Amino acid sequence: MIRIKNLSKSFNGVNVLNDVSVTFETGKTNLIIGRSGSGKTVLLKSIVGLHEVDEGEIWFEDILFNKLDFASKKEIRKEMGMLFQGSALFDSLTVEQNVRYPLDMFTEMSLPEKIERVNFCLKRVDIINANNLSPSEISGGMKKRVAIARAIALNPKYLFCDEPNSGLDPITAILIDALIKELTEEYSITTIVNTHDMNSVMEIGEKIVFISDGEKCWEGSKNDILHSDCETLNDFVFANSLAKQLRSSK
Amino acid sequence: MIKFLTQLGHYFLLMKKVFSKPEKPSIYYKQTMKEIVFLGINSIGIITIVSFFMGAVITLQTAYNTENPIYPAYLIGLGCRDSIILEFSSTIAALILAGKVGSNIASEIGTMRVTEQIDALEMMGVNSASFLILPKIVATLLFNPLLTLISIIVGITGGWMAGTLSGVISSENFIYGIQYAFIPYYIVYSMIKTVVFAFIITSVSSFQGYFVDGGSLEVGRASTKAVVFSSVLILLFNVILTQLLLS
Repeated sequence: MIRIKNLSKSFNGVNVLNDVSVTFETGKTNLIIGRSGSGKTVLLKSIVGLHEVDEGEIWFEDILFNKLDFASKKEIRKEMGMLFQGSALFDSLTVEQNVRYPLDMFTEMSLPEKIERVNFCLKRVDIINANNLSPSEISGGMKKRVAIARAIALNPKYLFCDEPNSGLDPITAILIDALIKELTEEYSITTIVNTHDMNSVMEIGEKIVFISDGEKCWEGSKNDILHSDCETLNDFVFANSLAKQLRSSK
Repeated sequence: MIKFLTQLGHYFLLMKKVFSKPEKPSIYYKQTMKEIVFLGINSIGIITIVSFFMGAVITLQTAYNTENPIYPAYLIGLGCRDSIILEFSSTIAALILAGKVGSNIASEIGTMRVTEQIDALEMMGVNSASFLILPKIVATLLFNPLLTLISIIVGITGGWMAGTLSGVISSENFIYGIQYAFIPYYIVYSMIKTVVFAFIITSVSSFQGYFVDGGSLEVGRASTKAVVFSSVLILLFNVILTQLLLS
């Protein structure tokens, strides 16, 4: 479980997050949704410690993460996996080396053991016969899947995904969503996904938090989202013409 | 002024992070070996070509400027040797490497920054500054002295070939000149300068790349800044070191 209490963050005097409090539950796919520039990525990066927060508390179980020093944070970070918006695979390494990287850095496994683990993770995300390819030789969808394989290599307790569907076609996007949901349930991970894709919300959203202008406006489940009385949320959810028609026909 | 001091502060804080204890020495060792190939061995070609022609030009220039019977002919060899050891192979070669290696480092690290690869390292709990920059610094500190030695040998060889083939000096006179009144300390002086310049090139370029904020345009700017700042610092430290070591 990850608990955020009264989190605020500003850049050069501009408030990007304002007093956000939310709890993300274990074994569930928690979604942070909102328009581009609403503060989703800043919230996610603040949770994982890539941004120092101005105020507030970030709890991983019963550990106050944002007050830890670098060495103590490092121990918790070994339990985190993250899928970045652009995949963030290391260009100079092959697919296999990318997935092996956390194992090389943080385990004392032998090389055959590491390769076995890498192959297991790659197979889990349906990447076969691509071990020796470099990231520039694979498609966007494959990059995302390799990045997921790297994120789960160390059996993380927490999985963070920043816009996992950006730049993907609808079918690949659904596959990536399904994969994230499966992994969350299979390993009972606390997963937080940043997205503005309503398809993802309806496919995998178990707990949904809506952020607008750096503030939490709404939280609930995917069943509640269609019946909310939050106008900002409704503008976001029913943004396209088809959704508007469906809403007005109700 | 405040901006300069802020940047200087960020530079020293980055260096503190770079020189912290490596997480896994075996990984750092492998990374250092890769960097020796990438930054060092891959620079042999350019250093060899430039040194050969610079040696040739120094010899020909010295010959044309000492066309006077009161100057002994071996002076051309001596001039070529001292110019190459004292200035060319350390300082000019460092300026060339600032262009090649410096821009390479800044653009590599800068691209990693804008594509979130550095964030990915930090996320895993890796000290990204140390992992990315320390092997580069160690590699250049170890390998650049060898590049300087290669430059000295190739430069003097270039001077000898140009001098003898153009007929401005005989082979015997040139060889006598490069042996005449040789001061071994000059090599030490050249090596000390090389090591300091290697540190400047790698650390300044890494600093420029590490703190890139934006996109590809900013990576390009960081790359240019890396070359400019490294070159200016090399010239500044050349004066300081010369005063300290030769006065």
